[in-house]
Amino acid sequence: MDTTLPIHQNPYDIESIRGDFPILSEKINGHPLAFLDSGASPQKPEAVLQRMEHMYRHEYANVHRGAYTLSQAATDHYENARQTVARYLNAASDEEIIFTRNVTSSINLVAHCYGREFLKSGDEIIITHMEHHANIVPWQLLREAVGIELKVIPIDDAGNLMMDKFEELLSPRTRLVSVTHISNVLGTVLPVKEIIRLAHAHDARVLIDGAQGIMHSRVDVQELDVDFYGFTGHKLYGPSGIGVLYGKRDILNSMPPYEGGGDMIDRVTFEKTTYRETPARFEAGTPAIVEAAGLAAAVEYVESIGIERIAAHEQSLLDYATARLSAIEGLRIYGEAEDKAGVVSFTIEGVHPHDISTIIDSHGVAVRAGHHCAQPLMDRFDLAATARASLGMYNNKSDIDQLVEALEFAKDIFN
Amino acid sequence: MDDMLRELYQEVILDHGKNPRNFRHPEDATCKADGNNPLCGDQLTVYAKVGDDQTIKDVAFEGRGCAISLASASMMTEIASGKSISQVQNLFDLFHKLCTGEEEGMVPDEFADDIEKLRVMSGVRQFPMRVKCATLAWHAIHAAVTGENNASTE
Ligand SMILES: Cc1ncc(COP(=O)(O)O)c(C=O)c1O
Repeated sequence: MDTTLPIHQNPYDIESIRGDFPILSEKINGHPLAFLDSGASPQKPEAVLQRMEHMYRHEYANVHRGAYTLSQAATDHYENARQTVARYLNAASDEEIIFTRNVTSSINLVAHCYGREFLKSGDEIIITHMEHHANIVPWQLLREAVGIELKVIPIDDAGNLMMDKFEELLSPRTRLVSVTHISNVLGTVLPVKEIIRLAHAHDARVLIDGAQGIMHSRVDVQELDVDFYGFTGHKLYGPSGIGVLYGKRDILNSMPPYEGGGDMIDRVTFEKTTYRETPARFEAGTPAIVEAAGLAAAVEYVESIGIERIAAHEQSLLDYATARLSAIEGLRIYGEAEDKAGVVSFTIEGVHPHDISTIIDSHGVAVRAGHHCAQPLMDRFDLAATARASLGMYNNKSDIDQLVEALEFAKDIFN
Repeated sequence: MDDMLRELYQEVILDHGKNPRNFRHPEDATCKADGNNPLCGDQLTVYAKVGDDQTIKDVAFEGRGCAISLASASMMTEIASGKSISQVQNLFDLFHKLCTGEEEGMVPDEFADDIEKLRVMSGVRQFPMRVKCATLAWHAIHAAVTGENNASTE
């Protein structure tokens, strides 16, 4: 018997988990909500909602400033949240956890502070063909600023990363490899450990965009030996407005600040200012205080169920969804990687993804339609858009059945 | 809800969406503009041939998009052809109001028939997220004939 699971016991108690998410009892257009857009942002459990409301009602003040009880309490909660995240990622120290706005700002921080400080014209950064715009555009801005070159690892038709091509791209000019952990469109789980090993063998640093990785897999930054790992709080069932950048301490302390302002300084005179060490150096201004506490509550909630068990549940649901969707005539699934997480992108012949999304919404089904902020990937498959059903810990077979039924209705309208 | 959907996806719209009229690239076009919907990546290019007398002799388009944007573009090509530039501007204005449900006011006689035809698109009112799909081609024709090269729904 596993006795380390205090709240939810084996087997995976889907009904009790669903009960923890108040929004799941909403009716949408007269139908039960089948929320299949967790890849964009999952719903929030009661534990997070209560934690944040409690803090605003009873424990709120600005942090790192006042010498009074409430300010001390708020500071403690904020710093405890950092420890919770550090523990969850198995970081060597909580100083390696920087709170940002979202993973977009985590990546931009690295591009700005690491990129502009250490990279120069002719240096190369390697990304993949399945990146979110958040892991493309910051490097293009860096390219404009310092003249680095951007190299792209291709993918095969199933959505697997072509590792042999990656090895060919690696060279003494490679300074940074920045790749997604899991594709938000194809669901491909990248072999990040192997990518990191190969990059380090070439003395290159590695940044992982963990926006999707954090919600479908265990992340142990020391075991991965990754240099930077970014994720976004709202995708780990926490609030929006807070993100995380993990970085190895020595690297972070070698980097200049991002924004200047309060909290990040050691001493300010008009002639010269000295900066504090990480993480304070990178957290100028009043941070997302209550969001940090909300994120910590989300992490603890996920831990109480177990990310491995969540992933296993999503995996079996992914198999079910893949089988049911494949049986729909004219439906084509994009992304058939060997290692795949709970994301299914598809098109239906003769029905544009936008029309699919509008029509199935009338049956209570929420999916995303569009380019999913990954236009180069769309171009790779000669697509303007796909519909995407993505899974969270609370989805069940009836959500998939509702989706399939609604898709049949959409086809019916078009025929 | 299903009624609102059937109203949006009515026969005429599905037909224009599946078989868009004037879906081509005319060699003798005098102006063109791209219409982009950055939200969804849909993209249309609208071509027009404008005569010396400032009337539009021919309108066509190419590109990809949802049923609503293709149907709207298809209908736009039929209606804008033969109009003057200022008439197209007025029609765009009226059509925009029709899509958002804003008070149209008096429709001038000269546009009464056109607006009657375009009224099939008014189902989009119930779906605010889709209004941009319906107006994309109109943004583009407007940009083309007034000399801008790009139209974005943003
Ligand atoms: C792979 C990936 N990277 C980056 C992002 C951006 O996340 P955020 O908007 O929270 O910064 C997302 C979210 O859509 C994503 O899926």
